[in-house]
Amino acid sequence: MTSNTTSSNRISKLWNDKDSRSVILQIVSFAIILGFFAFVINNAVINMAEQGKDINFTFLFDTASYDINQTLIAYDSRSTHFMAGLVGLLNTLLIAVLGIILATILGFILGVMRLSNNWLTQKLAYVYIEYMRNVPVLLHILLIYGVIVHSMPKTKQAFNFNDTFFLSNRGLMSPTGTFETGMWVVLGTFVVGILFSFWFRAYAKRRQDSTGKTYPVNLITFGAVIVAPVLIYFVIGSPITWEVPALKGFNFKGGMVIRPEFIALLFALALYTAAFIGEIVRGGILAISHGQTEASYALGMKPSRTLSLVVIPQALRVIIPPLTSQYLNLTKNSSLAIAIGYMDITATIGGISLNQTGREMESFAIVLTIYLILSLVISSIMNWYNNRIKLVSR
Amino acid sequence: MNMTNYTPGNHPDLPPPAGTVGPMHWLRSNLFSSPANIIVTLIVLWVLYKLLPPMVDWFFLDSVLTGNNRKECAAQGDGACWAFIAERFKLFVYGYYPEHLRWRIDLTVVLLAVAIAAVLWDRFPARKYGFYYALAFPFIAAWLLVGGAGLEPVPTSDFGGVMLTLVVGVTGIAFSLPLGILLALGRQSELPVIRIFCVTFIEFIRGVPLITLLFIASTMLSYFLPPGTTFDLLMRVLIMVVLFSAAYLAEVIRGGLQALPQGQKEAAEALGLNYWQSVRFIILPQALKISIPGIVNTFIGLYKDTTLVSIIQLMDPIGIGKQSLASSEWFGLSTEVYLFVAIFFFISCFGMSRYSLYLENKLNTEHKH
Repeated sequence: MTSNTTSSNRISKLWNDKDSRSVILQIVSFAIILGFFAFVINNAVINMAEQGKDINFTFLFDTASYDINQTLIAYDSRSTHFMAGLVGLLNTLLIAVLGIILATILGFILGVMRLSNNWLTQKLAYVYIEYMRNVPVLLHILLIYGVIVHSMPKTKQAFNFNDTFFLSNRGLMSPTGTFETGMWVVLGTFVVGILFSFWFRAYAKRRQDSTGKTYPVNLITFGAVIVAPVLIYFVIGSPITWEVPALKGFNFKGGMVIRPEFIALLFALALYTAAFIGEIVRGGILAISHGQTEASYALGMKPSRTLSLVVIPQALRVIIPPLTSQYLNLTKNSSLAIAIGYMDITATIGGISLNQTGREMESFAIVLTIYLILSLVISSIMNWYNNRIKLVSR
Repeated sequence: MNMTNYTPGNHPDLPPPAGTVGPMHWLRSNLFSSPANIIVTLIVLWVLYKLLPPMVDWFFLDSVLTGNNRKECAAQGDGACWAFIAERFKLFVYGYYPEHLRWRIDLTVVLLAVAIAAVLWDRFPARKYGFYYALAFPFIAAWLLVGGAGLEPVPTSDFGGVMLTLVVGVTGIAFSLPLGILLALGRQSELPVIRIFCVTFIEFIRGVPLITLLFIASTMLSYFLPPGTTFDLLMRVLIMVVLFSAAYLAEVIRGGLQALPQGQKEAAEALGLNYWQSVRFIILPQALKISIPGIVNTFIGLYKDTTLVSIIQLMDPIGIGKQSLASSEWFGLSTEVYLFVAIFFFISCFGMSRYSLYLENKLNTEHKH
């Protein structure tokens, strides 16, 4: 009897002591989690053995034997599944990068429009943002795609833009350029211009810190990065041969075609995400108290410098974290490509390759890992940028 | 001339000076206040003039309401062919649910409305029981819709249209909130094992697109179940949707938890409350209140994401639309179909976001500094 009470006492003591209780709880939860995974993996092993399947990534080096309608690198149906995956990954990256750039530009414009003192502009941006945000992105994609494919004219009656671009239900025909040797000089100037402008910025800042004198930094950067390469391009004698599409018979010859799937996906994602970015930008600018602007005016700064040196740097601190999650959303939403047949990583490895080889586990492991890595890369870049611009407290 | 003398303090109010009130003043200050403003106004007006009339023509004036196929539509006018939507309207609402059993869907919607009212409307009669009812609602609804236990069973593959959107959306919302709260608490836990597990789970789910998770649900989830068990596709999708939205909710709620001063928790401990008591009475009521706007936004996102089930061949409004478009009579009318679905989503999501705004304002007044 007595021994019984002491042992239950001891247990209740263990339970009432904070440290020992946390150890008990953790051991129990660890056992549950481990047990769950053991159960699930055991099931998978049994089920796969029953179907005669194993985990094996060598299928990646078998012939894919399917075509992909948009490839950035050399690919044909005799290439391997690995190459198909690579093409898909590049297509995902292409959409993500272009989409992010486009959405950011449009989003900032929308954010500023929402704060405009012009009633019409403000309401226009409001209606646009509310419509875009409250309709699923998949519908935007399908709508734009449907409009291009069903409502654009046939190839023969394509909209003609200055005989260089043609828009039809097959997509946008555009010219392609082939680089001649002289082009490398132009590109070289461009790279040198970028490097120079970085150095010059640092130099100008150092000089301003020590002497208080300023240079027109933006003007000089613009000159080094844009004007100099353009000048050299024309001085050398335009070393790009343009191949312009032309209507021959039923189809266009020459140039390249930007496919309707690509256009629809890019614009749907960019327009959709821009609406969210617009609201973020608006919130960020509104978060800067009016006193900051007034103080800056009181110090004698011009409105343009107030905006670029006082308001925007502070607003960016509010804007960057939610902006990062919008970039992540855009990248993840690019997987909706599969709804209209744009061949991204989900549609190649996670779609056709999977169906042909029947290797669900391996394909999804690859696709999920790639998306996780992409998410990680985007958030680390944005975190690095955020750390650079955040308030330095001494 | 009027030479009335007023005793000081008795002067009647004069009308405001001309030019500071009225439509002209409004126009001048809102549209034509500066040269730049005038240019912007003119550009916007020109764009609207170019865009709006063709859209209105297409949508209303030239649209066709009757007809049996696309050719008949095109013969009557070159605007939108709403006859298509009219013909398929019931399909868009009920999916392939057997016609003689559709009263069960209608009844479920009524019960849903009551449950929503019980949760959201603070003057609901006997609100406490209303809450219990709302908690029981998902199970009542499941019984009504799926059948069994006295009702004629309906396979979930017949579910479709707006009804499927509501099933996925409401289930997701109802079950992801408790799970999200648990995950958020787990992420803040002092026990490393629980914390690491929650962080890994949340970050994994948030790092991958929903569509890949849905593909997993449709193609390979059955591998992880005990051999021989089969699982309804809709059920698998619902599980994935709940897990997905719980991970996002957990992050929103974590924001609310982090916004609480540490003193609240310490005070609760000092009063002798144990962990769950302090969470229930002190931490959560405040943290959830802070995160309400974020929670509603996540719900709106979840509701919009229900459209992705059309990609794995479930018959939500988009799935119904795609299937209808495949028929030869109506080929090529995708704009009409998707615009119709878009309007449906706009109305429901806009309504939700307005409610969230109202709630935010209502809760804000109590904290005015």
